[in-house]
Amino acid sequence: MMEPGTYFMEGNTACAEGAIAAGCTFFAGYPITPASEILERIAERFPEIHGSTLQMEDELGSIASVLGAAWAGRKAMTATSGPGFSLMMENYGLGLMTETPCVIVDVMRGGPSTGLPTMVAQGDVNQTRWGTHGDVGVVVYAPSSPQELFDYTIQAFNTAEKYRLPVVVLSDEMVSHMTEKVEVPLEDEIELVDRKKPEEPPEDHLPFRPDDDLVPPMANAGEGYSIHVTGLTHDERGHPSVDEETQNMLVPRLIDKIRKNVDDILEYEEYKTEDAEKVIVAYGSVYRTAVEAVDMAREKGYKVGLLRPKTIWPFPEERIYDLAREGIDDFIVAEINFGQVVYEVERTTGGAAQTHLVPRMGGNIHTPEEIVERIEAIDRGEVPPFKEGER
Amino acid sequence: MSIRRSRDWFSPDYQEQREEDGIGHGLHPLDNYLRKDRIPHIWCPGCGLGVILNSYLRALKNSEISPEETAMISGIGCTGRAAGYVDVDSFHVTHGRAIPFATGLKVGNRDLVTTVFSGDGDLFAIGGNHFIHAARRNVDFNVICVNNFNYGMTGGQAGPTTPKGAETSTTPWGGFEHPFNLPAVSAGAGAVYVARWTSYHTDKMIESLEEALDKEGFCFIEVLSPCPTGYGRKVGLGTGKETMKHFKENSKLQPEAAPSEVALDPKDPESDIIIGNFVNREAPTYQDTRGKVFEEARDKLGVE
Repeated sequence: MMEPGTYFMEGNTACAEGAIAAGCTFFAGYPITPASEILERIAERFPEIHGSTLQMEDELGSIASVLGAAWAGRKAMTATSGPGFSLMMENYGLGLMTETPCVIVDVMRGGPSTGLPTMVAQGDVNQTRWGTHGDVGVVVYAPSSPQELFDYTIQAFNTAEKYRLPVVVLSDEMVSHMTEKVEVPLEDEIELVDRKKPEEPPEDHLPFRPDDDLVPPMANAGEGYSIHVTGLTHDERGHPSVDEETQNMLVPRLIDKIRKNVDDILEYEEYKTEDAEKVIVAYGSVYRTAVEAVDMAREKGYKVGLLRPKTIWPFPEERIYDLAREGIDDFIVAEINFGQVVYEVERTTGGAAQTHLVPRMGGNIHTPEEIVERIEAIDRGEVPPFKEGER
Repeated sequence: MSIRRSRDWFSPDYQEQREEDGIGHGLHPLDNYLRKDRIPHIWCPGCGLGVILNSYLRALKNSEISPEETAMISGIGCTGRAAGYVDVDSFHVTHGRAIPFATGLKVGNRDLVTTVFSGDGDLFAIGGNHFIHAARRNVDFNVICVNNFNYGMTGGQAGPTTPKGAETSTTPWGGFEHPFNLPAVSAGAGAVYVARWTSYHTDKMIESLEEALDKEGFCFIEVLSPCPTGYGRKVGLGTGKETMKHFKENSKLQPEAAPSEVALDPKDPESDIIIGNFVNREAPTYQDTRGKVFEEARDKLGVE
């Protein structure tokens, strides 16, 4: 990894360096704006760390080879943006179904389709949760700075290894192309997690039998365990068993291993919520604007706080539920889309507070002023609660 | 008794017995390579897949490659199920993605003897782009393509190898697309070893698979298979046995043939099936070329 110290570093570079610090030795990717700098940095740095880097023919191949490398025992990663992330949905699902630890970085740009390749948006949030078919439990981190791209890429690897799933680092164009101070800590200050290994001999090992934490230990290919891994519904031996009973054994566990370990996985932070009457919910690049908006609104006499999910999935739903019952009147969700996280906030308040959206269509982040203006309008009773189609 | 495998049923101490025997435990020569508790397989009577999988496992055994150092990756379809029956590290992945998955696995651990075992639709329709790029990169693994001229598992639809004119469930008025000539595609994309056999030619096929297992680089072996259920009965090739007879009578061993000249028309009972190992050349593998460049980079950077 890099020499410890203070650097002036671009977000995408920090992401690549975070991966190297996490022990990533396999990277496969396909060029795409605004994520290409991650592949470029990896290509430059991997000879030094004896890593393996593949520039694949497309994103379908990138994620497939990352899964293969993960089963070869590597810590593996790919990085892309919306159009490539759409292509990856197929093998994101395979990775979730086969409990394959790896990291996918999605640097969000304006969509749908080719959209705004060089400009920021936050339109992929629900795709990380619902984009692949079937029922899954996922973990998605939303960093807000180059420092967090470094830190949360490491954290994503640790979570991937601990809970055996592809973990998404959901950056956006603004955060990834921002150059800022990044502190690279001493190597022994970085906590690294490796996948659990089976303790029993191969003939007694059931590759998909979970421990109490609902996560099965993982034997890699080439270790003599003769594993079978399939995207079909499979039993604890890993053998396909296409029936309702096996489906009910497997799929709820894949969801529960995240849901029941939520206290360990969930991360969020709050700013000035102690006496707040209104709470802004923002993440990624918009979080930075929202901090400023809180201070500006408070100068104008509004009791405003901020809740910032660091893991978007799992979502801090209990905290929002509690805040709504502790007297918060309004939640104001600022996001660069036409409403994604706002639905989650509206759902988790359970009707105990009003939920409002400050949407943006992509291309730029919110200004603090436009969030404050919305708060003022809400205070005057001019803005109805969020509903579909609200502008 | 093992909770996982039936193999312990036959021996009180499987590992010890295995060492004593050298290989196998006396029930079937390929027992060590099969997940016996997964047998019987799902393939139709008359299908060539059993013979072809058997030939591959025999080639492994003849090459003295143990199950522990072997990995097999399959995509989706009838052939895709092969990975589920072999007692090696085996992966049954998404449709078309066996090759990039294998690329990651092999690059991740180059000690694994890696084989992709999949069908013509999986490898050349949905997975075609991955195929040509893996051949271009010359990643060191083998691709065995079982070509049955149609999508068998989904009900006999036309695919990229279906001959022009064939009436399938998606070409009820006759096919009108030009099929791939797989050896030509592979050779053109850069495969260092290219062969075609049929499920009738087991001895030749085993010999050829041994060559491919021994060879470094991207090796491609096409094996024609009867598909009586999905294809044969519709196009007049009849039962599995009749298709095997067709393979026997119409195959011509011509290893000197140029890959561009071995296109097939298995719908025409009179046409020749050119078989043989058409390409066997030397070229540095992906791992070797990348290793060399990275080594030079480390020299320039002054790091080890």
